[in-house]
Amino acid sequence: MATRTPPETAADRPPGPASGRAGRPPAPEKARRGRKSATAGTGRMAALLVSPTLLVLTVVVLYPTIMALRESLYGTKGLDPKTGFISDTEPFVGLQNYTDIFGEAGARFWNAFWNTTFFTVVTVGLETVIGVAMALIMHKAFSGRALIRASILIPWAVPTAISGLLWRWIFNSDGIANALIGHQVLWTTEGFHAKVAVIIAEVWKTAPFIGLLVLAGLQVIPREVYEAARMDGASPVRQFWHITLPLVKPALLVAVLFRCLDALRMFDLPYLLVGAQKSSVETLSMLAQNEASNVRFGPAAAYAVVLFVYVLLIVLGFVRLLGADVVGDAGGTGRKKRRWASKGNRVEVPA
Amino acid sequence: MTATVKWRTWLLYLGVAAVVAYCLAPFYWMLVSSLRRTSDIFDTSLLPAPVSFENYRAVFSPSQGFGRALLNSLIVSGTTTVLALLLATFTAYAMARLEFRFKRLILTLIIATSMFPVVSILVPLLKLFTDIGWINTYQAMIVPSMSFVLPLAVWNLTTFFRQMPDELEQAAMIDGCTRGQAFRKIIIPLAAPGIFTTAIIIFIAAWNEFLIALSMTNRPSIQTAPVAISKFAGASQFDTPFGSQMAAGVLVTIPLVIMVLLFQRRIVAGLTAGAAK
Repeated sequence: MATRTPPETAADRPPGPASGRAGRPPAPEKARRGRKSATAGTGRMAALLVSPTLLVLTVVVLYPTIMALRESLYGTKGLDPKTGFISDTEPFVGLQNYTDIFGEAGARFWNAFWNTTFFTVVTVGLETVIGVAMALIMHKAFSGRALIRASILIPWAVPTAISGLLWRWIFNSDGIANALIGHQVLWTTEGFHAKVAVIIAEVWKTAPFIGLLVLAGLQVIPREVYEAARMDGASPVRQFWHITLPLVKPALLVAVLFRCLDALRMFDLPYLLVGAQKSSVETLSMLAQNEASNVRFGPAAAYAVVLFVYVLLIVLGFVRLLGADVVGDAGGTGRKKRRWASKGNRVEVPA
Repeated sequence: MTATVKWRTWLLYLGVAAVVAYCLAPFYWMLVSSLRRTSDIFDTSLLPAPVSFENYRAVFSPSQGFGRALLNSLIVSGTTTVLALLLATFTAYAMARLEFRFKRLILTLIIATSMFPVVSILVPLLKLFTDIGWINTYQAMIVPSMSFVLPLAVWNLTTFFRQMPDELEQAAMIDGCTRGQAFRKIIIPLAAPGIFTTAIIIFIAAWNEFLIALSMTNRPSIQTAPVAISKFAGASQFDTPFGSQMAAGVLVTIPLVIMVLLFQRRIVAGLTAGAAK
């Protein structure tokens, strides 16, 4: 649609580089000129269609990320130790925000770091088990599938902030949780039980989501595979371990990756269920947000950068584990072939 | 033989009941608690007796400003949804239909941005918005929300566009349409269900956003509903108004529950589109 508006296109990209950028090396023969201009047009159009998104993401993701890296090298406003004056600008402190992590201010950081890791490992582990179980039940159940599907979407749709308040109410000292277990536990006070409360609430909200994704994976497994297994006398348990799980693994791994990334940036739930600055549930996101809200931008940025690097490492780990890209990229069949091929250590498949 | 089959069926029904109960029980508790009177809020009976709308009246008392918060939520998530759809539709079309250099890399980059922890972009944006006086504005919540909503939209729509047969467009182009006209007259109307599904998913994601809305505002009149509820004040300082929090929670969740009930098939298709492929 936009290819027909020359002024915009011309202003956007000068004709010379545009044809070079369009994808193909310029065709030498005159006979191919027609085709060449077609691909050049496609390239221009693609650039026009893609650039607004890239521009927005540059402004809201790339720029802040770079600024966070820069910010993390600055200290907080206040008394300048050298001159004894109060400064209005943030002093440049180099890597001190990072070295402080290993020094005096480190205790709170490491606590948040371990909380984040603990929550991620435990919640994603539990969610995977419960989610797979849910998917198996949904897959088997024919009647009432619509009911299950609707009810399974409810925890997903409840805003995390609201579910934090809801579980705070459930875990109230006079609340229903204590009434059910017949035992007085002060869930929302500091201590291990606060972690348990957060984990229960998080698993409730997200296990159904894993269930949905696994169910989608289950539904593409051809029925014949199971029939063959039954003929060979494989028990249901063996069928699960040797057929269902390996075949559903790609879908499951992607779901687990996305859940891990979500759990690593957990904020709303512990913040509302237990509260800010509670050391038993403080996550890295909460720590960074707390520092930023106290106008200590430098340390906040440093913590955010550490979290960012942590997430990046996890993603890279998963990409290696999956053997191929996790983002589900271009080209339907070609990609699938590549992914299967890479499993058998044959990475090279002509596209 | 038939006995074991019967056993299995029963076991399955038990499993189904367990899944449904697991998913619905906490939500049901929110609903029940919201319908109790303040005096018997700590009651643990399964049904509210008597049913009272006291909490709902409290939520809408002018001092809470909850109506305004709902409106703010609607403005922020509505604008975010429309903007993200607009940008993502073009990008997703290019990703699904056009061949160009660095396509894979660009799509990977776009989707990778959704993996960033929000807090890592929050700190610099908070500083920037403080400097340019954007604190307590709608755009201070809408712009950062694009960081996680836009990649989601691009991914979802790309999957939808890819599922549509190429031939439709080619036929239109043979009939003399330009690519742009084919896109406008053929692709967009046919992709409407996909765009609609994406809109629902984005809207829910934007509606549920908390961290950005919390950090970018400090004036109650601009806060979104989740933030406003979290700051509900009780009669005394140490009294958490659980009843009105639950009532407000129900009010914020009900629109989403209705969407889920109406469009569950589509939402499931949209959510699983990327992962199951």
